[in-house]
Amino acid sequence: MSITVRDVSKSFGDFHALVDVSVDIEAGHLTAVLGPSGGGKSTLLRIIAGLETADRGHVEIDGVDVTNVPARQRGIGFVFQHYAAFTHMTVWENVAFGLKIQKAPKDRIKTRVAELLSLVHLDGFASRYPAELSGGQRQRMALARALAVEPGLLLLDEPFGALDVKVRQELRDWLRRLHDEVHTTTIFVTHDQEEAMEIADRIIVVNHGRIEQAGRPEELYDRPANDFVMGFLGPVTRLGGQLVRPHDIQVSTKATAGAQHATLERVVSLGFETRIVAAPADGAEPVTVQLTRNQVHELDLGVGSDVYLTALARAS
Amino acid sequence: MGKHALRYSVLLYLAALLVAPVVMVGYRTFEHGFSPVWDALSSHDAVSALKLSLLITVIAVPINIVFGVTTGWLLARRRMPLPWLVDALINLPFAMSPVVVGLAVFVLYSRTGWIGTYLFSHGIPVLFTWKAMTIATIFVSLPFVVREVVPVLEELGTEQEQAAAVLGASQLQAFFRVTLPAIRWAVVYGTILTVARSLGEYGAVNIVSSNVVGQTLTLPLYVNNRVNQLDPQAAYSAGLLLAVLSLLILVGMTTFSSRRRQPEAAE
Repeated sequence: MSITVRDVSKSFGDFHALVDVSVDIEAGHLTAVLGPSGGGKSTLLRIIAGLETADRGHVEIDGVDVTNVPARQRGIGFVFQHYAAFTHMTVWENVAFGLKIQKAPKDRIKTRVAELLSLVHLDGFASRYPAELSGGQRQRMALARALAVEPGLLLLDEPFGALDVKVRQELRDWLRRLHDEVHTTTIFVTHDQEEAMEIADRIIVVNHGRIEQAGRPEELYDRPANDFVMGFLGPVTRLGGQLVRPHDIQVSTKATAGAQHATLERVVSLGFETRIVAAPADGAEPVTVQLTRNQVHELDLGVGSDVYLTALARAS
Repeated sequence: MGKHALRYSVLLYLAALLVAPVVMVGYRTFEHGFSPVWDALSSHDAVSALKLSLLITVIAVPINIVFGVTTGWLLARRRMPLPWLVDALINLPFAMSPVVVGLAVFVLYSRTGWIGTYLFSHGIPVLFTWKAMTIATIFVSLPFVVREVVPVLEELGTEQEQAAAVLGASQLQAFFRVTLPAIRWAVVYGTILTVARSLGEYGAVNIVSSNVVGQTLTLPLYVNNRVNQLDPQAAYSAGLLLAVLSLLILVGMTTFSSRRRQPEAAE
């Protein structure tokens, strides 16, 4: 399903969660809505789902205006950050819920639920209650529950936000693989740029209720529309008043035209990568540069070395 | 030593104040053996009082469950107009003396009252019948279910209801399949409290009852009547019956009190 959001605004009292937001989301993609907390990204997702009503503007799904269609008629799957598991139902009953509401035939419910439980690796857990599952298992159950009704659109609100790092990484990989198999148009909200860069086909950066930029991950990384997007998508440092990536700075021990003269303050070895911090001679804030260990050896850098820094032209 | 003294003096106080009178009623009831107790309880008047108490309870409790759960949901989900006023009104039966409640029902349903005028002109007597007694009982036992259900609904949050909605459930389906099962222990606990209050109410029903033995006396009214008529065996027996019912209610409350506050442990 493709989605079109047109001039959508939403306020909660004095707080403007979304201001005239317009965006197109193509069918079949895995799209990340990325931004800092309180930036409006969850509100955008909930308006697409129909769980929240926009003050102004409209939402189209596959070209049909659904602005006034209630959530239950939109044919979507939704996964909540805190699982929203039906606590008094078993895993099996949770996954079967949507199909029972649709009054699907009993044998179809049975085969479909079994299929989904094996898809999310919860085969042996059908008769457990959500309270007896780990966070990761609960979220997989929530995913199975959302997928049971075969939604044309899957929405996930910070799906891995409440999980620990290791489980998060696992589920991340798993979501990507699942999407490659099922191809359901999927939108997930995250504040983790690494998560977005790693698994999304498209990223929409939302901040202060506005869309800063939307596009493919490498587009956003290499050609950020503004300093905010640049800063949010990866590490940055300031050289000669300009925002650059620490790995886009050339270091030389000889003076060259236009280079910034600086004194090395710190050398931090991080295995293959070495990070150096240099104080510019003009008294500007220290510059961080990312080098390989070999480069540091070749240049024979140590604390106190004189270096000359030049920003590399951004790859395009 | 000081610690122990405190503990035992509290126990002694509870024993003297709560346990001794109940034990005394029990002792007096069976002072002359079982058969006078059986005779007293199987008398026409006692059976009639028990039946009336049960009838009023059977009507008042379901009405207060439906009203309590609905009102509780509307309050907890911020869908109630004038919530502060409704909230205060629901506490009214807690704050008001039951006698005043009885008086209010009396005034409203008397021949010159707003509702009474209409009812009397249509030949439907309410005042001094079981109907007025039921209305008074519903009034005094109204807050229990609401008060139990609201905090649990607030704790539960709206996520499960939203999850049900995106899975295609209507608001009613979401309520009956998701919300109600999640708050069921709070409803059960509130119901037990409502039953206890309905069975035990005295002040409010006393004022709107015609107090005719064998017709419009509930168990508590009957106990009072027997005391006044100097019939101690009947008074003790009916009193003990009420105490036994309370004991059952107490057992129920203890069973459910730990479960009621959580909307079904999630973590």
